[in-house]
Amino acid sequence: MKWLKVISAIVMMAFVVPLSAAEAQEGEVDVAEMLFGHIGDSYGWHITDWNGSHVTIPLPCIVHSSTGWHVFMSSKVEHGHEYEGLFLAEEGRYEGKIVEQMADGTLARPFDISITKNVASLMFTALLLIALVLGAARWYRKHDAAEEGAPKGFAGLMEMMVMMVNDDLIKPSIGEHCYRKYAPYLLTVFFFIFLSNLLGIVPFFPGGANVTGNIAVTMVLALCTFFAINIFGNRHYWKEILWPDVPVFLKFPIPIMQTIELFGMISKPFSLMVRLFANIMAGHAMILGLVAVIFVTVKLGPVINGSMTVIAMLFGVFMDCLELLVAFIQAYVFTMLSAVFIGLSRQEESAHPVDPSEQGVTRT
Amino acid sequence: MNLMLPDSGLIFWMTIIFAIVFFVLAKFGFPIITGMVEKRNKRISDALESARAAEEALAGLQQEHERLLAQTRAEQTRLLQETAAERDRMIAAAQEQARAEAQKIMDDARKRIREEQDAAMKEVRNEVAAISLAIAEKVIRKELSGDTAQKEYAERLADEI
Repeated sequence: MKWLKVISAIVMMAFVVPLSAAEAQEGEVDVAEMLFGHIGDSYGWHITDWNGSHVTIPLPCIVHSSTGWHVFMSSKVEHGHEYEGLFLAEEGRYEGKIVEQMADGTLARPFDISITKNVASLMFTALLLIALVLGAARWYRKHDAAEEGAPKGFAGLMEMMVMMVNDDLIKPSIGEHCYRKYAPYLLTVFFFIFLSNLLGIVPFFPGGANVTGNIAVTMVLALCTFFAINIFGNRHYWKEILWPDVPVFLKFPIPIMQTIELFGMISKPFSLMVRLFANIMAGHAMILGLVAVIFVTVKLGPVINGSMTVIAMLFGVFMDCLELLVAFIQAYVFTMLSAVFIGLSRQEESAHPVDPSEQGVTRT
Repeated sequence: MNLMLPDSGLIFWMTIIFAIVFFVLAKFGFPIITGMVEKRNKRISDALESARAAEEALAGLQQEHERLLAQTRAEQTRLLQETAAERDRMIAAAQEQARAEAQKIMDDARKRIREEQDAAMKEVRNEVAAISLAIAEKVIRKELSGDTAQKEYAERLADEI
């Protein structure tokens, strides 16, 4: 979407008079709305504006209100329309969400499991990821890797990445003795985040959604890591939390150390959640902001607008390159820290505890 | 702004989608790739190991070969020496035997010659005695007729001849 706007801005220069006139007539561009409209979630998938009207792919809405289940397309509630007592709240707590008017006049949010833009993008990412990985795995089913040597082409690329994460990231972080159990989960996390991040940078239709920059998505991922740490944590791990090796007055009768450890237990996945969310969200916001500069400066005249367009484009290119890097780094960091935390929960008594902050490359 | 509030619908779908992706990939995706790569790595290291072992075996074989060659050469030399010694010994023995045989033959011959000589001598002596006797008989038939003393004298004379 970002790039499309950049390209449309170039096209706009050719028709600078009629279009900028039309823009000026419509009034100022609402940057905040555009920005949050993109990085937030929505019921339909807005692709572009064409001849003054929105081009939006309607997505199914599934809600359970006081009147039962309702399944309908998002186009039914667009532009303030009401459908079976349900409409989009325009302001307040539930702004932009499907709500219903209760008998006492208050707005209530129904149980909402609509296929929103982010859910659709998640599904697309999931299908693409499954296709990519199973496509690579198919090579190994058809060929005997032991006899024929390493694969070439796509399967070779996937093998290189899978083995890079497996051997250089998961194995040293968790430890040789029990990394196999966690490797499929961590590989899934890595590739899911990486692919979502990359698709988020693509400005066209199947990409462009802010999936990993949504806190619900990163929360589920962080919770998975939380469970992976705590369900399979060994005796030593729980002893460190419940009865650490400190003077007794620090843990009994007032459980000071236990409280600290409990916070540590929660803050680990919490930091994972916020780090990924904030990085990706900020990246999207930055690029969108740079693109918005082009539209904001329209009313300052063609000279300033033109020069600002060039600057914004240069910065936009730079930011997109940076986001490519961030897409990889954040997937890498999330996987590595998950692996380190899991490794700590599986550490044996004799081993010295590793400070995760020394191993982790963090960027928040 | 509700950016920081996780949306329950999105959590719901994310959980389902991620669970499906995880189970599919954990069952049919990553373990196959990593397993195959590990299998391949194991095979490569095995091949390297066996190549090293083969090389070592080859080196051992070469050494064994050289050792055998040297041994054979030594054996050959020893055999040749032994044969030479045997030959020399046999020749010496044969010579010895031949010499002994020749000696014996010569001794026999000498003995026979002596015997023959003795016999001949005796015969000659007898003949001479007889001749002498006959001559003496003829010469001095009269005075020496059958006298034993005279015959002895004649024999003594014959011995002196």
